[in-house]
Order: sequence, then C-alpha cells, then structure tokens
Amino acid sequence: MSIGHTLLGLLESGPRHGYDLKRSFDDQFGRDRPLHYGQVYSTMSRLLKNGLVVVDGVEAGGGPERKRYAITEAGVTDVGRWLAQPESPEPYLQSTLYTKVVIALLTGRSAADLLDAQRAEHLRMMRDLTARKREGDLADQLICDHALFHLEADLRWLELTAARLDRLATAIRR
Amino acid sequence: MTPAGSLLIADELRKSYGPTPALDGVTFSIHPGEVVAVMGPSGSGKSTLLHCLAGIVSPDSGTITYQGRVLTDMPDAERSALRRGEFGFVFQFGQLVPELTCLENVALPLRLTGVRRKDAERAAREWLERLEVADVGAKRPGEVSGGQGQRVAVARSLAGSPRVIFADEPTGALDSFNGERVMELLTEAARSTSAAVVLVTHEARVAAYSDREVIMRDGKAREAEFTV
Repeated sequence: MSIGHTLLGLLESGPRHGYDLKRSFDDQFGRDRPLHYGQVYSTMSRLLKNGLVVVDGVEAGGGPERKRYAITEAGVTDVGRWLAQPESPEPYLQSTLYTKVVIALLTGRSAADLLDAQRAEHLRMMRDLTARKREGDLADQLICDHALFHLEADLRWLELTAARLDRLATAIRR
Repeated sequence: MTPAGSLLIADELRKSYGPTPALDGVTFSIHPGEVVAVMGPSGSGKSTLLHCLAGIVSPDSGTITYQGRVLTDMPDAERSALRRGEFGFVFQFGQLVPELTCLENVALPLRLTGVRRKDAERAAREWLERLEVADVGAKRPGEVSGGQGQRVAVARSLAGSPRVIFADEPTGALDSFNGERVMELLTEAARSTSAAVVLVTHEARVAAYSDREVIMRDGKAREAEFTV
C-alpha cells in the first residue's frame, strides 16, 4: 500500500493534523496494522518536501508543535494519477507451495500429505475470516472477502495439484 | 472427533456401485449443534456418504447409529418415519413441490407429521420471515428467484425442528452473495436450535461456515487435523 498516496487522499477532504491523519488511516485501513506516528511524520515530511502538501497552521501547546497539513493542487493531481493507474496483478509465479511440492516429490516425501496439511491450514484461516466477517461491519466484510477469495484460489490450486501429483512426479524426474 | 456424545455415528461404511467403491471404510460422527463440512472432488463419495447417513441409501456394510438407534438395522418404514421426524434436507435443485406455494412447501414437513394446517402455516410463516423471504409465501417456486427458492428450501428443512440437517451443495446454484447469505442463515438457525448440519460441498467458502471438515478422497474420509 502507498502510505503517502493514502494520506494525501485522506487530506483531500480538508486540512488535518498528523494525529488526525493517523487516526483516520487506522480507522479505515489499519485495524490489523496501525501506522506508527514516526511513519506519519516521515511521510508528511516527504510530501511537504515534494510540494504535495503545505503546512496550513501550527498549534503550540504544552507538548510538541502540532502542524496542520493541507493538500496542494499538485497533491490532488498526484492522488488522481495514482487512482487512475491500475495496480499490477500479482501472478505469484515463484510460489513457495509449488517449490515445496517439487522438493517433496524429488526427496521421496509425501507431497499429498503436504497438500492436505496446507489445505487444512487454509481452511482454518478461511474459517477465522468468515467468523470475523459475520461479526464485522461492511468494511470488515469487504476486507475479509478479499482475503477469502485469494485463499479460495490457493485452495483450487491445491486441489488441482493433488489431482496431478503423479504426472508432476513423472515430469520432474525426466 | 470422538463419537462420545455424538448424535449420529457411522462406522466402517462401505458402499459400491458396480466395481467402483464409493465408500471404502468411512467412519464419521457429528455432535448436536455442530456443522461438519464434507469436502472432496467430484466422485469422491461425498454425496453417497450423506445419503447413507440420512438413511436414503443403505450401505453394503458398516453401521449408522442415530441417538443409540441403529439406522442400518431398521425396517424401511421406521427409517422413513425417522427421516420425516428428525431429519431435514436441503439439496441443490428441484426440492420444492412446484404445485404448492412457498408457504405450503415450508409447512409440508409439519403437515406430514400430523400438525394442523393452521399451526403448520403459522410456523412456516415464521421460518420464511427468519430466512428473509416472507414476501414470497404466496408464490409458487417457479415464480421466485434461485436465491429466494433456496432460502425457502432452507426454511422447509428447519420447519420440522430437525435434529440433523443434511445439505448437499446447498449453494451450488447460487451466486456468491446469495450463497453466503444462505449459509449464514442456515448455520445461524441450526446453531440456535442445536441441530447438527452435515454439509456436502466442494466450495471452500461454503465449508468455512462449518466447525470442522472431513475430506473425502477415493471413498475414504480424512479428518482435518484441527478442530475449532
């Protein structure tokens, strides 16, 4: 995830302090992995340096200075460009699972057992996500669905590979 | 999972269709309120296991015990009565009676066990509401969408207060959204009434609504090495 672009996007609705930005980010995207304050301030420094945000005001209090940031025209353009650019699909061509299956076959271990154990692990994760989805709000549901569809795709691959183990064993020993 | 406290226990089931073994020594058990997914590729014996457990098909050998009663020793009439009174069924297709309204379909299991029409239809109406399809009660199955029809079928499977629900690919004909909603409603309703659910599916997203799964492969069952 591009933290810089995300923070810029959150700033589009109006100027905010670093603390507010962090809280807004965590509420929307960071339930499992909240941002560190250090990440927020280092990112804002970079955006400031690149002219994508400006300091809109400074509040002096008992603690450190609280800067309020506002997005610039260049920042808005940058967010628009980021949103319009499709993400590269991740093809997972260097799959660890495939490597493990091949090594199991080459070393005479049970690749079928390996695939069964992996299936159980995937299903356990899917069950956890499904439970979280049932108790969560719409944001939780969509985040969990994204993960569930990917896990399901892995499982389909596990099934397909299990059905082709004999052919794979022959092919890799040639 | 140990059979202690189990509602339904199958021991060493074998069933062949011609030379092909569909079940090859399958052992299975399920507790009250538990949802167990039976998974595996096509032809692995999933549906045969479900049909044997439900007393629809007799195994060639092995025993099935439901609450201490040996299903495999029962005369057909007794087994049919047990199915009507204690078991509920949801299938992928063609399970609703096309000539009856959806309300009458849901009331049917109750009517078959002697419940008066008025009482049966009141209970059926409640189940239709719970399954979010109260508005289709007066329609016939041919007049409702696939998702609505499947919810009606789930309502019917639950209407007779079954102790075990057998669901064979219950979401197989539905899109992802409707399929998941049906699973949510089915498992919530089953858990709230302590009914056990035997769920045959090849879809991992559907199986994820279960408490544990049994994997079928070439007629043999393999339990995952974890439980929730």
